[in-house]
Amino acid sequence: MKILGFDSSGLVASVAIAEDDNLIAEYTVNYKKTHSQTLLPMLDEIVKMTETDKNSFDALAVAAGPGSFTGLRIGSATVKGLALALNIPVVSVPTLEGLAYNMWGCRDLICPIMDARRNQVYTGLYRFDEENGLQTIMEQTPLDIEALIEKLNEINQKVVFLGDGTNPFRNVIKEKIKTKYSMAPAHMNKQRAGSIAVAGMTRYQLGLYESGDEHSPVYLRVSQAEREREERKKTKGNE
Amino acid sequence: MMDKDIKILAIESSCDETAAAVVVNGREVLSNIIYSQIDIHTMYGGVVPEIASRKHIEKINQVIRAALDEAKCTLDDIDAVAVTYGPGLVGALLVGVGAAKAICFAKDIPLVGVHHIEGHISANYIQDKDLKPPFMCLVVSGGHTHLVKVVDYGKYEILGITRDDAAGEAFDKVARAIGLGYPGGPKVDKLAREGNPDAIVFPRAKISDSEYDFSFSGLKSAVLNYINQAAMKGEEINKADVAASFQKAVTDVLTEHTMAAAKYYGMDKVALAGGVASNSSLRNAMKTACNKAGLALYYPSPVLCTDNAAMIGSAGYYEYINGTRHGWDLNAIPNLKLGQR
Repeated sequence: MKILGFDSSGLVASVAIAEDDNLIAEYTVNYKKTHSQTLLPMLDEIVKMTETDKNSFDALAVAAGPGSFTGLRIGSATVKGLALALNIPVVSVPTLEGLAYNMWGCRDLICPIMDARRNQVYTGLYRFDEENGLQTIMEQTPLDIEALIEKLNEINQKVVFLGDGTNPFRNVIKEKIKTKYSMAPAHMNKQRAGSIAVAGMTRYQLGLYESGDEHSPVYLRVSQAEREREERKKTKGNE
Repeated sequence: MMDKDIKILAIESSCDETAAAVVVNGREVLSNIIYSQIDIHTMYGGVVPEIASRKHIEKINQVIRAALDEAKCTLDDIDAVAVTYGPGLVGALLVGVGAAKAICFAKDIPLVGVHHIEGHISANYIQDKDLKPPFMCLVVSGGHTHLVKVVDYGKYEILGITRDDAAGEAFDKVARAIGLGYPGGPKVDKLAREGNPDAIVFPRAKISDSEYDFSFSGLKSAVLNYINQAAMKGEEINKADVAASFQKAVTDVLTEHTMAAAKYYGMDKVALAGGVASNSSLRNAMKTACNKAGLALYYPSPVLCTDNAAMIGSAGYYEYINGTRHGWDLNAIPNLKLGQR
């Protein structure tokens, strides 16, 4: 099967074409330009470069969240438009699972962390199993960085961190973690559409796909306005 | 003459309506689907950008599909996609822009970015098939107040803009102050019918250095002061009189500026556009003024006044035949200037 992968959940913009066990093309840019200006030109470039027939794709895969709300929507709007026009399904890949795929075969506990602001990270815990591939130990969730470190200390196994949260929280981790740990190097520590495409293929084969019409990002957080409204309601209730 | 009909799929998501339409040759509307989010935003007393963006992404495909179905066509019949790329809420605009780019890329068809105000002006081309530029156009909505000389298709001269609040914004704020809720325009209009427009004299702002510019924040403050003073004295206000008098003050300024500009530039046609163009007081005042001056008045039906995609399809058609094409790097521009491409 041929699948087109996208990740625009963070600062990185990335597109990839994968077919069965080949990665045909992958274009990743970690630059400040908005994804709205980069994602489609990048797709156009790799499709042209590899002389790919746009009608030859079987499915689309996208990092569906969490991440930057706007970044997620740019990726989602793109796959939704493509799904509508090409009449193919969408595989929503949890962003943290996509990141964990960067570390395929790693023996350590895999802990991707994305900076979620307000002293939180979006994180999940994953492990590779020789028979079953990627196993989810903890589903992706927003979490206080201290709570995450506490949990890792409880599990007490060697852990590898990756993701854009490693930089802002490097010192906190160093200070508070009690287990052995490492930080993934530059070529595998950020979002890659190749990982999304491959994770997407696995999910597709398990029947985990949806139509472009059904697809929406998974934000894992409500909007600020909704949050404040809930808080106001609570305060009123307590009075 | 065009050899063949040009069929445009248009997408609009600049604020709180997710909309798609199919329009032939800029004038004939085959479908005009609008999914309004108003119920959700009403709970917050105004449009919440993040919620608007989330709703757009949930509904965009269904709205596009409904527009194609109702027009009895498929994407294979579409010659180009026109999409609003500004001005508006950036996160909201990005949904329409992202989907439009992906569709054009997949189908190898041209992408035409359209200015939201150009769309509002073009709603008049749908309403009146014979209307051609030049004409004077007053664009009034919740986000915009523009007095525009439409020189030709796609060619505009902005004569006046608001210095502060948009006319529709003033309606929303006054509506909130007298307890009518959101959106204010239609509610003030309705209540004003029971009131006396000459009961209270509210100020009509003049801008000293620009004859055609507008200012509504002073008027809004005057209304709020009137309400507060009455409250402090313990007096009951007549809400209908406040609504009618406020509305008259807005209408007077809009009408006066538009008529002065039409006269100065020798225009024989005047058009209204945007949500506030549905306001009955504005329509009546403009009808009277245009009759008196011997000018023809045009305004779209209410469904074409609110945000919709048919108007984007009309504007997109004229951009398309003038050769406007956008690349895959088209971005949403929240403060896009009219005439900027």
